[in-house]
Amino acid sequence: MSWTLKAEGLAKGFTLHLQGSIEIPVLRDAALEVSPGECVALSGPSGAGKSTLMRLLQGNYGADSGCILLRRPDGSVADLAGASPREVIALRRDTIGHVSQFLRVIPRVPAVEIVAEPLVARGISREEARARASALLHRLNLPERLHALPPATFSGGEQQRVNLARGFVADFPLMLLDEPTASLDAANRDVVIALIGEAKARGAALVGIFHDAEVRDRVADRVLEVAPLREAA
Amino acid sequence: MSDGPILSARDVSIAFGAVRAVDGVSLDLWPGEVLAVVGESGSGKSTLLRLLAGEARPDAGTVLYRDPSGATLDVHGMGEPARRRLARTEWGFVHQDPRDGLRLAVSAGGNVGERLMASGARHYGDIRTEAARWLERVEIPAARIDDAPRLFSGGMRQRLQIARTLVTRPRLVFMDEPTGGLDVSVQARLLDMIRALVADLGIAVILVTHDIAAARLLAHRLVVMRHGRVVEEGLTDRVLDDPRHPYTQLLVSSVLAA
Amino acid sequence: MSGYNFAYLDEATKRMIRRALLKAVAVPGHQVPFGSREMPLPYGWGTGGIQVTASVIGADDTLKVIDQGADDTTNAVSIRRFFARVAPGLRTTERTAEATVIQTRHRIPETPLREGQVLVYQVPQPEPLFRLEPRRAETRRLHALADYGLMQVKLYEDIARHGRVGSSYDHPVMVNGRYLMSPSPIPSFDNPKMHRSAALQLFGAGRERRLYAVPPYTEVRSLDFEDHPFVPLRANGRCSLCGAGDSYLDEVVTDDRGGRIFVCSDTDFCTQRQTMREAAE
Repeated sequence: MSWTLKAEGLAKGFTLHLQGSIEIPVLRDAALEVSPGECVALSGPSGAGKSTLMRLLQGNYGADSGCILLRRPDGSVADLAGASPREVIALRRDTIGHVSQFLRVIPRVPAVEIVAEPLVARGISREEARARASALLHRLNLPERLHALPPATFSGGEQQRVNLARGFVADFPLMLLDEPTASLDAANRDVVIALIGEAKARGAALVGIFHDAEVRDRVADRVLEVAPLREAA
Repeated sequence: MSDGPILSARDVSIAFGAVRAVDGVSLDLWPGEVLAVVGESGSGKSTLLRLLAGEARPDAGTVLYRDPSGATLDVHGMGEPARRRLARTEWGFVHQDPRDGLRLAVSAGGNVGERLMASGARHYGDIRTEAARWLERVEIPAARIDDAPRLFSGGMRQRLQIARTLVTRPRLVFMDEPTGGLDVSVQARLLDMIRALVADLGIAVILVTHDIAAARLLAHRLVVMRHGRVVEEGLTDRVLDDPRHPYTQLLVSSVLAA
Repeated sequence: MSGYNFAYLDEATKRMIRRALLKAVAVPGHQVPFGSREMPLPYGWGTGGIQVTASVIGADDTLKVIDQGADDTTNAVSIRRFFARVAPGLRTTERTAEATVIQTRHRIPETPLREGQVLVYQVPQPEPLFRLEPRRAETRRLHALADYGLMQVKLYEDIARHGRVGSSYDHPVMVNGRYLMSPSPIPSFDNPKMHRSAALQLFGAGRERRLYAVPPYTEVRSLDFEDHPFVPLRANGRCSLCGAGDSYLDEVVTDDRGGRIFVCSDTDFCTQRQTMREAAE
């Protein structure tokens, strides 16, 4: 079957103008192809560029060169690397799901609304979106009484579950998972593993950074080594 | 979203004496999009906003507005009657100081109702019902509908200004430092309110702010201005997390956890 | 007062005022600036109205002057006497029906006006937006753009505060569907008389140096809300002298024990009715 994500020739470096304009190259000629139903784990020592690659795939960083081809739900192909801001926003709405390590809390917005938001953005009614969000939060063992509260005061693990629910609530063709189980207990880790399994079963392509080797072994079909540039060069 | 920008500026410039306050700025705003213009005081961002809203005339360049029928109107060529009509119907302007955007001696209900009346509403009961609904929407108790904003706190006044501006459901709203003069705790509430209302109503917004956190929360897209010029622009989180221009890097690094 | 030109003003001044009046008639309700002259009366005594009257009146005219409806109050008497002195041949009258020119302060006669009559109003403040927008340049702009939401806001505030569209006098009107106009401080009871009146209505504000006009048969609509329609107000009662139940009434205190009666504010109207009643008896 054809790929969902195909990145080629990706390069990314940073110029720190405030520190004497030093150049820090991070990725050079990186490539990655993920098929529907496949989960690829990024591996490598810290600082090797795993997070940078994830951010490129999410459109959060801009690539210096290369392309990031994505197949959208309607079958059309978009190049994230060359996409305009509006196109990136559209891709994040219908194609790229993302679970970051930390929840970016929006003041006063209840957990259930944060989770429902990707559905509402796609035009699903607020009630249905809330119901689906609430069901998923239940599945992640977030007590009902927390659903209506803004997560600012939640523990790290509770916030991460809100984040996970937000990522998994809408069936994105591509899921990016950055340490999705870092602050979870064993029971919730199993829920996440099940969610990833279900995503694969429905044909999602997944890219993840998993520090937890057990989780990685259970979900990843393939491991991609991201090597630090200076050693590689 | 429809198929063209709602507002397009091309090479807009204005100089005050030897100072090029706005220097060759071009930008597009799409329907339903929130565009933040950030930069330090004196960067020309507020002047740019006035030029875009037709409140000041540029020395050079054009600003085009696309109306709901798809017709393109030259903001500075349309004449004052047409521009004023737009300003009280399809557009809105939220000032940093609510005193500039409110009538302090007129009741809260009268302030919210003014735009309705200016666009032809002549049923007192309907105007009052709509005003009360909007007061509740911006978290001002409807019981205060007959109070003058003189008696309101700064945050309440600013929320009232927002209700007054949005009551006619404008398609395009210009906001000049809407959280500028407020306490931090009050700011958060206001920002969240603006975020929710803008998303619900699908309003296109040009937001001028020096508050990077506000820009991150509200804006889809970011324009960074310095010395009257756009030095960097793009997707909000990309500009803030992966800034390229030395000035943007300085701006981002000067903010605590934006 | 020999040595003065007919009707006091020199012909060049009259021509200037007539030009302004022509413009005012051509743009009903629009305030036209004019070069207001010093008059031998202080501002506030109807200098604007007097200049308008002086400019339109001729030796074959018949002039009536009323103040608050009465022909015999100081202001009316002195203006009538002034014209009698400076306009040789001019006839004066207290009868509305006989007059060709009626100068008025704060009333419109009860007797319906007919074609050919001219009603000249004395106006203290011609700008209806005066209390809402103090900047003259801005009010002119609002008129130019027919941007009258602000006036409606004022009416909204009146209802919110007092439960009804507020002004019992000087209630703003829209003229010919275009210009917002102050009817001068006439009671709102008189507003409907302006609508499609057969007479030419001219307004003069001496201190403010503005003229405006409502040509015959022009639409004059009092501002209101659909659910709070404009209601002309009058005291609920009958005239103690002529028994009229449909005229505008003044309250007169008759003693120091709270006794009071209502009488017609329009003295000519009241006198005519009393005469008719006596004749019938």
